[in-house]
Amino acid sequence: MTSRAVEFWVGVFVLIGFASLLFLALKVGNLGLGTEADSYTVTARFNNIGSLKVRAPVRAAGVTVGRVDAVDFDAKDYQARVSMTLVGSYKFPTDTSASILTSGVLGENYIGLEAGADETFLKPGDRIQITQSAVVLEQLIGRFLYDKAQKNGGK
Amino acid sequence: MASPAPSPVGAIGAYTLGAISRLGQAALFLAQVLRHSGTSLLRPALTVREIYFAGALSLIIIMVSGLFVGMVLGLQGYETLQTYGSEEKLGVLVALSLVRELGPVVSALLFASRAGSAITAEIGLMKATEQIVAMDMMAINPIARVIAPRFWGGVISMPLLAALFSAMGIFGAYIVGVRLIGVDEGAFWSQMQAAVDFDHDIMNGVIKSAVFGVAISAVATFEGFDAPPTAEGVSRATTRTVVHSSLLVLALDLVLTGFMMRMWGN
Repeated sequence: MTSRAVEFWVGVFVLIGFASLLFLALKVGNLGLGTEADSYTVTARFNNIGSLKVRAPVRAAGVTVGRVDAVDFDAKDYQARVSMTLVGSYKFPTDTSASILTSGVLGENYIGLEAGADETFLKPGDRIQITQSAVVLEQLIGRFLYDKAQKNGGK
Repeated sequence: MASPAPSPVGAIGAYTLGAISRLGQAALFLAQVLRHSGTSLLRPALTVREIYFAGALSLIIIMVSGLFVGMVLGLQGYETLQTYGSEEKLGVLVALSLVRELGPVVSALLFASRAGSAITAEIGLMKATEQIVAMDMMAINPIARVIAPRFWGGVISMPLLAALFSAMGIFGAYIVGVRLIGVDEGAFWSQMQAAVDFDHDIMNGVIKSAVFGVAISAVATFEGFDAPPTAEGVSRATTRTVVHSSLLVLALDLVLTGFMMRMWGN
């Protein structure tokens, strides 16, 4: 085989290889959402984050607008501190509320943002003040049983 | 080294010492290959030729196996997921298993048997027919001229083949899951995109396959260069290449997976 043909087939091979890498990056992965260049980070504190994990989506009106960066425990006020990176072009008012929701019955936890009505927008490093914790199924069932028992006892 | 009638304990000791000394030889060999890589990379035509033999000629087998593995994953995944009523998660299941594990590992195993064995046999035969000695006589360094291009050809080909394998597998799962069975197309792709992360999943796959490429190429070139220059020696070295590099790939995969999961914190 001539060296020109070898070069041609190697070129084909390398192009196919990089094309599949590009396919994986763009079509399969989520590259293109919130790159470091145009994003900002805000934090929020929750009493209970349920099973929220790093890289969980942050959604507003059901649209993914960012991802959870870090989750850690604040030993001073015994709350969970969640920092999330939001896409730079989406601005949220300072009185936006964050709640931890579940997608589907058995789905993963995510953060839902509910925009407020303030004139000023959240700046990088700001803290979302109004938060709502995750619903823990055991607590819910416990409260339900307690209510039921009280009602029956009242009769 | 061994006394005329070695005791069983002595045999174990001799075997261990032999294995350690071979490991040391392999490490020295790898260091030498890396030291002479510069001169061979200055003549890219040599490496391009090896990428042709190791990579371009492996295209068909990688594409076909990727497609079939993806199709089977699609079928089996659907079968299991539908019992939970979450068949739209099929895309996530297929993409994550392919990109993280199956793509790099299966293509590395195929690469070891398709290209690794050929590299060993070629170098072993060059040694048996005294071409390597002849090169040395002509003051051409056989490591720079013969070994290093084959090594780099394998290292460069491997990540591209693994990416191709994963892409073909996802395409195969798409054909079976979406086209034939009828999983919702939008859910298939959108759930996949929501779950697969570029840095954590795709780049980890690329890093894994690059490490496998180094391991397979190093084993294949070392076994070839180290083979006894006889027909039997070359055939044994070829077998050893496939067995050892496959085992090495599987062991490295476990280590790398554990390491990466720790590093990314989940």
